[in-house]
Amino acid sequence: MRIERIDIKREIDEQAVVDIELLNPLIEKYKNKKGNLIPLLQGAQDIYGYIPNVAFEKLSKETAIPLSEMYGVATFYAQFRLSPVGKHIVKVCHGTACHVQNAKALTTSLKETLKVDDGGTTEDGLFTLESVACLGCCSLAPVMMIGDETYGKLNGSQAVKIVKNIRISENN
Amino acid sequence: MYDKIEALKKAENLKFELKKTSCVGMCYREPLVEIIDDTGRYLYGEMDEERAFEVIDKHVGQQNPVRDYVVQSDLFETVDNTFTDDQVKIALRNCGYIDPESIEEYEEKDGYRAIRKIAGHGMSRLDVIQTMIGSGLRGRGGGGFPTGLKWKFANNNKSDEKYIICNADEGDPGAFMDRSVLEGDPHSVLEGMIIGAYAIEATGGVIYCRAEYPLAIKRLQIAIKQAQEKGYLGKNILGIEGFNFDIYIKEGAGAFVCGEETALIASVEGQRGMPRKRPPFPAASGLWKKPTNINNVETYANIPWIIQHGAAEYAKYGTEKSKGTKVFALAGKIKRSGLVEVPMGMSVKDVIFKLGGGIQDDKEFKAVQMGGPSGGCIPSHLSHTIVDYDSVNATGAIMGSGGMVVMDETTCMIDVARFFLDFTQKESCGKCTFCRIGTKRMLEILTRITEGKGEEGDIEKLEELSYQIKDNSLCGLGQTAPNPVLTTIKYFRDEYEAHIRDKKCPAMVCTNLLTYEVDETNCTGCTVCAKNCPVDAISGARKELHHIDQDICIKCGICYTKCKFEAINLS
Repeated sequence: MRIERIDIKREIDEQAVVDIELLNPLIEKYKNKKGNLIPLLQGAQDIYGYIPNVAFEKLSKETAIPLSEMYGVATFYAQFRLSPVGKHIVKVCHGTACHVQNAKALTTSLKETLKVDDGGTTEDGLFTLESVACLGCCSLAPVMMIGDETYGKLNGSQAVKIVKNIRISENN
Repeated sequence: MYDKIEALKKAENLKFELKKTSCVGMCYREPLVEIIDDTGRYLYGEMDEERAFEVIDKHVGQQNPVRDYVVQSDLFETVDNTFTDDQVKIALRNCGYIDPESIEEYEEKDGYRAIRKIAGHGMSRLDVIQTMIGSGLRGRGGGGFPTGLKWKFANNNKSDEKYIICNADEGDPGAFMDRSVLEGDPHSVLEGMIIGAYAIEATGGVIYCRAEYPLAIKRLQIAIKQAQEKGYLGKNILGIEGFNFDIYIKEGAGAFVCGEETALIASVEGQRGMPRKRPPFPAASGLWKKPTNINNVETYANIPWIIQHGAAEYAKYGTEKSKGTKVFALAGKIKRSGLVEVPMGMSVKDVIFKLGGGIQDDKEFKAVQMGGPSGGCIPSHLSHTIVDYDSVNATGAIMGSGGMVVMDETTCMIDVARFFLDFTQKESCGKCTFCRIGTKRMLEILTRITEGKGEEGDIEKLEELSYQIKDNSLCGLGQTAPNPVLTTIKYFRDEYEAHIRDKKCPAMVCTNLLTYEVDETNCTGCTVCAKNCPVDAISGARKELHHIDQDICIKCGICYTKCKFEAINLS
């Protein structure tokens, strides 16, 4: 059970930064369809990068799915995030093959460089570091994924270099 | 690579056809370029821009294959023939040979012939089910339940609505065969589902695919659209009156337990993916309480081949109780990692050493983990075990979906057991007390052992908890969660004892049990270790012997990796 995921800190004024009108086409598409809760949440996360409180409330109001049920589903699945994420999500694979090929070293080095914990977002809002279960590229172990790009056969310093290069190109 | 070759082709106006294909299974030789000419196929491995251009220049331009770079060819002896020679490709028959985004190429390779055969020969539902029973195909997702029987049960339950589901929620860490099939040959899975739908009179189909596989989802979407356009999906398929069937994709949201069929159904329905009690089995009451049949990707990929070639042809391969072939994902400390498909009955040793080429850096083979978090470790002295459901089960591991993670002498088995328990503990849905709390307690004990705080009696406690969790959990996740611990205790008890009694980690993995010391003879006093030590635990003047203060040392290992004179000893 992912108990740690339920304890979430919120510091931003969502009302001001989240445009909930963006949800309308999504609601239109899935309203009154059987089994629509997960696609609704996935759609909301696609829009905002996470599921804001205000989005939960709007979805619940418009689809008549109780908030409790929505929250139950959102906290059950690993995919859903309840707090904002950085521009780039750095997913370090901790599958079996990556584990035996020392994926821990990648996470440790990245934590040090980015100065965040697992699941945390950097101060500049550029990176979120996540440990994930298998990405399915076991023959390239250890692997990390940033956006849609997969990097394989890494060690700690190579992983750090990739992240640093992204930061440099972002700052230019 | 593709873009570079395409650019070259354009720039020099070269005359050849350039195509994308999918994984052929030789991940260890990536990137690969294959050239097919009038004489046959040449697979070039470990390509970079320079080499690829050389190959194109010599092979395409001058009809002169560059043999040094060829890793596999049917035409002559090559370095990797041992990787391919003993393989029998049924489920992976098209992977790496066709463009997965082209239905025409699939049709050229006998695609959709099986469903045409059913329509053309007037094969009845029972004929199809009988063929499946006769082939001996068992579920490739891990359970190993005979597919034909499953279909028979679903067919026996009459209803106006029935569903067929493809489980593509490949969650086992260390397994990637389903991903390869979906990305490499999506139509074979669709055809398998269509045949299944015909056999059980299903009205709707769902592919439950994990969201972590975006390319697989994209290719499935393309394939479904193509199949609809060609009339393989839709109404009165291939002129079979009343055979209406369509498929849609449901993206999983990341929960390992959703591989369990009742949890998967709950997830498709939009609920928390929590298993429920069986019976009723999904064959009687599944999705939306209607009869439902669930098989996994690899199972469906086998089905068109079986219908086309007949049950007897398939049953030729394999052992008495496990027929056909099985795909394995080789990963970990193995030389040739990748995908292989072998007949059931090959020994684990042959898979690892003959096909897999042995252990990286020629280290000693210690164990192979099969079946992921539900499976166990088969130690080297049992490597003669053959791969079929029953032989693998006898060792305490399971066949599972087919991940083989190879471990060498530098892998700590307690660390591996802890890794899996950490996984199952997080993935437990929390419904059954024994699974929810029991796995947590087991994880705490294992963590304690790896930190050097193990106590006498810990092994017995782990065993007791294991049996209670196995006996009192509702679903497969809980019932098998203790397997990695039980098998490592069974085969590597001495390693547990070394951790608990001597506070030593023989594989030198568990950081808290290590000590770093300066080697008196090798140390040159270069000061590199002292400069790099993050906690200033190393003292010593330039050109003099250094010393590590064990009370300050955090065992990060930086000195060990930085020292150029092998002057840091690890024990």
